[in-house]
Amino acid sequence: MTQALQSFTQSQTAIASTFTALRCKECGAEYEPKALHVCEFCFGPLEVAFDYNALSRVVTRETIQAGPNSIWRYRPFLPVMSESPIDVGTGMTPLLKSTRLARRLGLKQLYIKNDAVNMPTLSFKDRVVSVALTRARELGFTTVSCASTGNLANSTAAIAAHAGLDCCVFIPSDLEAGKVLGTLIYSPTVMAVHGNYDQVNRLCCEVANTHGWGFVNINLRPYYSEGSKTLGYEVAEQLGWQLPDHIVAPLASGSLFTKIYKGFQEFIKVGLVADKPVRFSGAQAEGCSPIAQAFHEGRDFISPVKPNTIAKSIAIGNPADGVYALDIARKTKGNVAAVTDAEIIEGIKLLAETEGIFTETAGGTTIAVLKKLAEAGKIDPDETTVAYVTGNGLKTQEAVQGYIGEPLTIEPKLDSFERAWERAQTLDRLEWQQVLV
Amino acid sequence: MAVKVLIPTPLQKFTNDQATLQCEGGTIAELLDSLEQNCPGIKARLCDEQGQLRRFVNFYVNSEDIRFLDGANTPLQAGDEVSIVPAVAGG
Repeated sequence: MTQALQSFTQSQTAIASTFTALRCKECGAEYEPKALHVCEFCFGPLEVAFDYNALSRVVTRETIQAGPNSIWRYRPFLPVMSESPIDVGTGMTPLLKSTRLARRLGLKQLYIKNDAVNMPTLSFKDRVVSVALTRARELGFTTVSCASTGNLANSTAAIAAHAGLDCCVFIPSDLEAGKVLGTLIYSPTVMAVHGNYDQVNRLCCEVANTHGWGFVNINLRPYYSEGSKTLGYEVAEQLGWQLPDHIVAPLASGSLFTKIYKGFQEFIKVGLVADKPVRFSGAQAEGCSPIAQAFHEGRDFISPVKPNTIAKSIAIGNPADGVYALDIARKTKGNVAAVTDAEIIEGIKLLAETEGIFTETAGGTTIAVLKKLAEAGKIDPDETTVAYVTGNGLKTQEAVQGYIGEPLTIEPKLDSFERAWERAQTLDRLEWQQVLV
Repeated sequence: MAVKVLIPTPLQKFTNDQATLQCEGGTIAELLDSLEQNCPGIKARLCDEQGQLRRFVNFYVNSEDIRFLDGANTPLQAGDEVSIVPAVAGG
């Protein structure tokens, strides 16, 4: 036991050195791995650089499988040094083989990656925050912060509480009640800003200039964003160490999309999976679709928009990684499509009714785009396709209220039940509910 | 036409570590020239070789992105607040 522990510790120490620097994605300038997010020469985004030769020497399928049942099984691929990263059980969410939704869409090999049940706050954001706060602690921050459309605030507040870090989060003031309550419960300071997410984000950049806080998606962004790679790793591992043919994921800033891509590329690079082309398709709401617009107009730049959609969690009009997401969709022969708010609601209901998964508006957007692409023949029925469902529907109840009917209210008497049951059987359920409404 | 300019951390080495400056300029383009006079070297960080605003820098006048206004020709009034923000943040 002692021996096993020693060798584990040694291998973890050796592995830590695989994370070497921050490198500008545009000009290649390198920086020490501190709390920096943009290149001081060209303002390009900084990205964590790894030593893949070293990684391929120390990582095997077996070492990963022997690791914890969380994102930290992929620790050598994540930019942290700690022997004990903050592990709140994040990751290793179900990859569900779809039968009923697949049949409805005419697809034969459809999988749902269900981050609606990610821990601890029921969205994929727990992945990025677990990494960011581990790194924040390593860099000596005692206060952490973020600009959020809701899910990130939930996650930052919860994991900061667990780690004993002070927390101040910034959100647009018009968020869904569940997302606000789901942040306040952890007792951070919550700033509800009169403005949209892009305005909140700009304000946070200004605050980051003057306060020495660790903003997970600003000065800690290079570390934070790497956490999304685990959505790529897990799918590859859960498919039996192979890559899918096609993925569909929501696009907000574009970061998640680009990091799933990076995750797949890294697994190829270190020999954990065989190389193969994977098509990347992105989903946006029509009311906030700057990346979809650029895709369809053949532009290689993003024109910002002012969001107006129920899909608040992905309502980013000025997406930081938009150009990179656009490039990946194009070079992998994927698509970027946008759907209306009505289609998003239908997407939420379709996933719930066919697979028993209640997702929020971002997931509804993904399912609606999946449906749209399948109906347009843009997904081959035989392609192994993975749809990423990134958040939980209990947080955005307002979006579907009024579209799902009401319970049948009856007296506690058998005959009251029988009458209601008979009526429920003779009328189409929706029609019955509409009568009540 | 004095306006207040918010300087992002990566550029504060040009401003003696000041996060805000008072500067002159009737438009964003003029403001850039004025900034360069006060803080030599700063303009090359904000504009590319062709003099165009860099792709990864956003400018806001009174909280509005100048891409929704008139770009580099966006007019400035005395008392306006101009914020220079690296584009890659958030999400």
